[in-house]
Amino acid sequence: MSEVKFSKEHEWIVVNGEIATIGITKHATEQLGDIVFTELPDKGSNVEKDKTAGVVESTKAASDVYTPISGEVVEINQSIVDDPSKINSDPEGSAWFFKLKIKDKSEIDSLMSKDEYEKFAKESSN
Amino acid sequence: MEIKKTPLFNLHKNHGAKFVQFAGYQMPIQYKDGIIIEHNTTRNKSGIFDVSHMGQLFIKGKDDLTESLQKIFPTDLKKLSINQSKYSFLMKENGGIYDDLIITKLEDGYMIILNAACKENDLLVIKSKIDSKFSLSLRNDLSLIAIQGPESKYILEKIIPGVNKLKFMNGSKFNFNSEKIYITRSGYTGEDGFEISIKNNIVNELVEQMIQLGSSLIGLGARDTLRLEAGLCLYGHDINEETSPIEANLKWAISKNRINDEFIGATEIKKQFEKGVNKLRVGIKPDTRVIAREFTKIFDDKNNEIGKITSGTFGPSVNSPIAMGYVSNIFSKSNTKVFLEVRGKKVPASVCDLPFYKKKYVKGEINVRS
Repeated sequence: MSEVKFSKEHEWIVVNGEIATIGITKHATEQLGDIVFTELPDKGSNVEKDKTAGVVESTKAASDVYTPISGEVVEINQSIVDDPSKINSDPEGSAWFFKLKIKDKSEIDSLMSKDEYEKFAKESSN
Repeated sequence: MEIKKTPLFNLHKNHGAKFVQFAGYQMPIQYKDGIIIEHNTTRNKSGIFDVSHMGQLFIKGKDDLTESLQKIFPTDLKKLSINQSKYSFLMKENGGIYDDLIITKLEDGYMIILNAACKENDLLVIKSKIDSKFSLSLRNDLSLIAIQGPESKYILEKIIPGVNKLKFMNGSKFNFNSEKIYITRSGYTGEDGFEISIKNNIVNELVEQMIQLGSSLIGLGARDTLRLEAGLCLYGHDINEETSPIEANLKWAISKNRINDEFIGATEIKKQFEKGVNKLRVGIKPDTRVIAREFTKIFDDKNNEIGKITSGTFGPSVNSPIAMGYVSNIFSKSNTKVFLEVRGKKVPASVCDLPFYKKKYVKGEINVRS
């Protein structure tokens, strides 16, 4: 399994062979507050890098979830649709959003490392 | 314009508040625990709300002041006893709402609690309509604190003995730190509670004592989910200059015996009372977990647009999304099936009775606000 990479839209991604697992970061959940609704892409659909692939809503507002890379959705995490509060409790673990069959591995290169993301998140929340 | 802070700003900060700008004030939207926990704390225990941004207008005068104010507000102020409060409106001539407010009769005049964003304009409108011999003062030296939820009466009674004797929508003077404070039994959460008008220099001490006795600070985020569950309007969203009290389904707040009387907006209100209105504020419950926010379009089953959502969120106590909005009056009956356009999709919903969450007030009327 590869190291975790991060996008400027506050998604994380872990690559395992041809498959990437994607979720939203702890920093994102802290900004959003209590998540009460989740919408995920359809299994079998194709999603495109930096385009909307889902929605999360807190009591305050709705936010789009973007996919940091392109691919075909091969699995979705129904448990965060049934209980969206799981995203607040374990955002970078069990509350992953969807898994993609990667279309173009080079898209991953432009993403941030953990250190880079932490610096970015700190600056963007100021 | 400089952003204003309330006297409790540092206390909020020390309790981990996240701030937002609201009506020109830096206000706490939530604290460390987040909106849902704060919401549940208020429903199950006790929560403290800093509403010091709201206007506290005092007008001094006797019976001739009552006569003058009757020409402005649609409420029968002559029937108010001293220390009794009523929900009312400051309207435009065309029946649109400048502000919704609470009027309390005092021994020497009236206290009117105004929305923060409206208070300066309200002052100008009221001033222009009454004799200059009456003195009006919008008090910046006073804070306003609400304590809401089932345990609040015990907590406040320990600090201010006797306060638990107050009836709903009634107030009285009390002492705190050898200063006079004014407390009413009222609020805007759908829970039993109190609102306290208190000098800025002693407000921190009062709130610290409430916290020590087990109440918790609650931000504007939970205030919004609480009031929406209770079916209460948020000015600037559910009611504004384009909606009349009749359209907003707040007819009950207009005194029946004053329909033929003189007050601002009387002609239009009388007409609407007699002939009805084209749109009405209703509760709306999505059938799924989708949240319909403000400005979401509402459709009938034939795809005709019939209205718009004015407030929408997730209601933690009812564990489902909830909303309010205006629909053409033929669709305003409970259980009418409607569709909400959310992110390009039409999602099914039902018109429903308000409130979403049943209130637990101590006697008196069923309507409140702060």
